[in-house]
Amino acid sequence: MPDISRDEVSHLADLARIDLSEEELDHLAPQLSVILESIASISEVAADDVPPTSHALPLTNVFREDVARPGLTAEQALAGAPAVDQQRFMVPRILGEEA
Amino acid sequence: MSDLTRRTAAELADALAAGETTSVEVTQASLDRIAEVDSAVHAFLHVDADGALAAARAADQRRASGTAASALDGVPVAVKDVLATEGLPTTCGSRILEGWVPPYDATVVARLRAAGLPILGKTNMDEFAMGSSTEHSAYGPTHNPWDLGRIPGGSGGGSAAAVAAFEAPLAVGTDTGGSIRQPGAVTGTVGVKPTYGGVSRYGLVALANSLDQAGPVTRTVLDAALLHEVIGGHDPRDSTSIDRPLPALVEAARQGATGDVKGLRVGVVKELTGEGYQAGVQQRFDEAVRLLVDAGAEVVEVSCPTFVHALATYYLILPAEASSNLAKFDAMRYGLRVLPEGVEAPSAEEVMRATRDRGFGDEVKRRIIIGTYALSSGYYDAYYGQAQKVRTLVSRDFAAAFEQADVLLSPTAPTTAFKLGEKLDDPVAMYLNDLATIPANLAGVPGISVPSGLADEDGLPTGVQVLAPALADDRVYRVGAALETLLTDRWGGPLLDRAPALEGASA
Repeated sequence: MPDISRDEVSHLADLARIDLSEEELDHLAPQLSVILESIASISEVAADDVPPTSHALPLTNVFREDVARPGLTAEQALAGAPAVDQQRFMVPRILGEEA
Repeated sequence: MSDLTRRTAAELADALAAGETTSVEVTQASLDRIAEVDSAVHAFLHVDADGALAAARAADQRRASGTAASALDGVPVAVKDVLATEGLPTTCGSRILEGWVPPYDATVVARLRAAGLPILGKTNMDEFAMGSSTEHSAYGPTHNPWDLGRIPGGSGGGSAAAVAAFEAPLAVGTDTGGSIRQPGAVTGTVGVKPTYGGVSRYGLVALANSLDQAGPVTRTVLDAALLHEVIGGHDPRDSTSIDRPLPALVEAARQGATGDVKGLRVGVVKELTGEGYQAGVQQRFDEAVRLLVDAGAEVVEVSCPTFVHALATYYLILPAEASSNLAKFDAMRYGLRVLPEGVEAPSAEEVMRATRDRGFGDEVKRRIIIGTYALSSGYYDAYYGQAQKVRTLVSRDFAAAFEQADVLLSPTAPTTAFKLGEKLDDPVAMYLNDLATIPANLAGVPGISVPSGLADEDGLPTGVQVLAPALADDRVYRVGAALETLLTDRWGGPLLDRAPALEGASA
């Protein structure tokens, strides 16, 4: 199970929205197989009745009074944007031609 | 070399309070030292001389009028580049955030400013804190001040090297799997990972939310306690922040510094010693334990059987959380935007793919892909689900061990600093550096690393780690300070006095 093929790495990179070049796939795929092998042992460790832990300390939902607090100005929020137009984030097209 | 840069933060605070020096002098001395040695060490990604001096002048005015903002008012600090600093670049060591200037301060940074600490600059780190050597920084590695050809540890190698090279008396780091403690061990400095939730994560660019914790990076245990009291405590802006007062950390450090550990029950974790640990690291560790025994502590061997699975557990949980966290780098709202080559009118998704390929380094890509794999349907139960269960078992091991002992001890890192480049393309060998530090992150318990000496075989620093139950951060300060006193007495002075001088060093 832990062995991961070059095609699988390519598929996962696609899911993670990273364009990997052919050279990068050649470089990373074998490394990822080794990493997965080294962590695969874990699947045998815990019995079914062990509860999972998501956080080290128990979490409880935290509420605050519903009062307005100062936030970023539009100018501050847009200050790091790659492109801005009319006080908005300017982004590439979202839909494809065929959509 | 300016004498001021060699002083501890506690000494500087006293000298400032007594009017024997000024914050401008102290801050300028640090800036001069940075100018002198940082081309060789490369601890800093950004130095803010003007901002630091302006803050220093304000601190001097407060001191002069008797209105010091805190005990550390005017003592300069360096901040790891993973904490948002308003008006100062914050890159996380990544190209994808090159030049990004946050519009707000992390709570840790806001507290440093409110307490009057001039911020010298931002320190180098492995990209998004992924690594144990600072070699995964997109801006080039930091060099270990003990041997410039070696790694300073990671991910917070910049913060550790900055204090080890006397460029700053204090620094802030973050520790997700050992990124404060392991650099401390390999640079002969002190690093503390507080109890999870003890220091606010607001404004800390998340690597793995359930593991990340900011903490002090210093040259002495007392300095760490002083800094911890400034940055720690409840923050309503972080829902995982612990809503209760910090224990008395400075008091604990002062008490421990007497070297009195009578009646203390020390547990040595069987699974975190022996095989896999360099001989010189193990030797210095065994000596440190004996010193505690001679000083009146009682030592028991404890077994934490699931710790052997902690590394694998961590390298599933961390990539899973990291791959989700880093999804926000989408080239739309901030950071890098790269247009794919040869594509006319590219879509947002195509731009995102090209940007993430260009903006992320190898290690970040590896972990995003592993995380995506571990979270994908069909593998979720076998990997991520199992890892969360093992996390429970690790916590149970800690609980059982703390019934037998007040604190647990182990070497901080299995080896001394290795050579730059040695493990760069061997991710699994790199991951092994975090063997002893990871269990504390999985269980959320606090830990400190203090220097334990130099390994015989290579003359490089080694560290000893003290772990305590959650919320008992005062214990790591008390025992850490006791160890520091006992060891420093034996050495006849601080370990860092034996580090080679850096003047005239070339990069």
